[in-house]
Amino acid sequence: MDSIELARRIRKHALRMTSQGGSSHIGAVLSMADIVAVLYAHVLDYKTDEPRWANRDRFILSKGHAGAGIYAALAESGFFPVEKLDTHYRDGSLLSGHVSHKGIPGVEFSTGSLGHGLPVGAGMAFGAKLDERAHRVYVLLSDGECDEGSNWEAILFAAHHQLGNLVAVVDYNKIQSLAPVADTIALEPFVDKWRAFNWEVREVDGHDHAQLRAVLDAPSESGKPVCVLAHTTKGKGVSFMENTVLWHYRTAKGDEYDRALAELERS
Amino acid sequence: MRNAFIAELIELAAQDPRILLITADLGFGVFESFAKSHPKQFLNAGVAEQNMTGLATGLALDGRIVFTYSIANFPSLRCLEQIRNDAAYHDANVKVVSIGSGFSYGALGVSHHATEDLAILRSLPTLTVVSPGDEWEVRQATRALIAHPGTCYLRLDKSKAPPSHKPGDVFEIGKARLVRAGTDLTIATCGGILEVALQAADTLAKEHGIHCRILSVHTAKPLDVDALRAAARETGGILALEEHTVNGGLGGAIAESLLELGEIPKRFVRMGLRGGFASAVGSQEYLRKVYGLDAPAVVAQALDIARHNV
Repeated sequence: MDSIELARRIRKHALRMTSQGGSSHIGAVLSMADIVAVLYAHVLDYKTDEPRWANRDRFILSKGHAGAGIYAALAESGFFPVEKLDTHYRDGSLLSGHVSHKGIPGVEFSTGSLGHGLPVGAGMAFGAKLDERAHRVYVLLSDGECDEGSNWEAILFAAHHQLGNLVAVVDYNKIQSLAPVADTIALEPFVDKWRAFNWEVREVDGHDHAQLRAVLDAPSESGKPVCVLAHTTKGKGVSFMENTVLWHYRTAKGDEYDRALAELERS
Repeated sequence: MRNAFIAELIELAAQDPRILLITADLGFGVFESFAKSHPKQFLNAGVAEQNMTGLATGLALDGRIVFTYSIANFPSLRCLEQIRNDAAYHDANVKVVSIGSGFSYGALGVSHHATEDLAILRSLPTLTVVSPGDEWEVRQATRALIAHPGTCYLRLDKSKAPPSHKPGDVFEIGKARLVRAGTDLTIATCGGILEVALQAADTLAKEHGIHCRILSVHTAKPLDVDALRAAARETGGILALEEHTVNGGLGGAIAESLLELGEIPKRFVRMGLRGGFASAVGSQEYLRKVYGLDAPAVVAQALDIARHNV
């Protein structure tokens, strides 16, 4: 399956999962769907029949609240049956709102509290470098998550140790939990910050699959860790969800669900 | 205890390349030997305990046995969520090591008093919590933790009891060590304050004819329920002694376990910290005296128990 089709399916699954389960964060899933689709369709090296294969590329979703999108990507990539997605957020399910590895093949690491993924990813990258192993480590962060100081501890560490095998992807949709990022804790000049911390920065349109594939695939040129700053639209693909704080929380029901699904099917 | 720990770890790291020691920029004068003998197994992560614990988890999940190290509450409370969500929830082989339990760094002030860590760490699911009483236990615990899978907390003290192990003694995680036999009263301790228990027991034996059983409950979790049940049944009471708040520490753990089992000791006393922060300034020895945790205080408490048992 190509990444365009995978992204469409991730969006539709996540819309249905959050609607049926009554959970939040559909806007955050729609925002990152293209990044995740490109990673699973074209970039990451993995084996669905051997999820813990030692040479797999590691992927950590640090913005764990968008877990529905990862479950959808894993199911569509062949890690477990797609039917299981319908249990999301239900009593007795293995698929919690924030991504968890327990009983779910393919989930590298459980998150949900922000600011945890990058330090762990840096540890994995540091270990791989020590052992001279070739796999890479990808960590997907939200922009609001970059308020967490633990990320900046890891950013310092990764640069100091020249972890060229580490890629931090920021889903930069510019809206965080209560308000726009710029009105909450401003990150700009964001590219400059990463550069000043000695990372190799690649700025891309986070919905352009060709661009994403190119920057996610290309090894570090400088030997420095790589930051992919992906400019995205929160709620991407559903017109009335785009660029709103509301759809960080709201669950699509009834007519809203039907309209959203129709838009995603047309896309 | 710190020197015993590092000496043991140097030996073990030579045998097992999976061992990695990460410090959050502390250990001056102690870690140089490790860094020199095992440069590829040593990492200074800087003054960044959250990142240190995350790094440790990432490294452990790919097969290493990782020790994180700092002093007092820095490697524990500062990064508690990383220990909980990252290391413990993933069953990662991360061994969190803190030097400076209780009032070890007494005169440095409240920021450096590790007096709630046992309660907090033992509440985390899957965590193993070990607080040795002397250097022999430190060495044995270090070795045992490497063989013990999962996330563990090793609480090291500046003070230590004099050697008391006998030939053939076995250290086992989760099994209290019988340091001294006796039936008049049990003193159960956790950590370097074992030395106070031994001093008090000497006085009680020589001056009052009271013979205490002394248990070094080096593993606060999982608790050795069998040894404590036996103490409840066979001795005149249990006095739990810890350089830690009485809320949820060793004494609390013993009380919970025994009450649930319906094993009620004749007398039961928790000796630990009560009330507010220990804001007095002074050495470990001085603060033990100020806060009622020195040998005379233990003797007085034991005599009170003995009077009730007459």
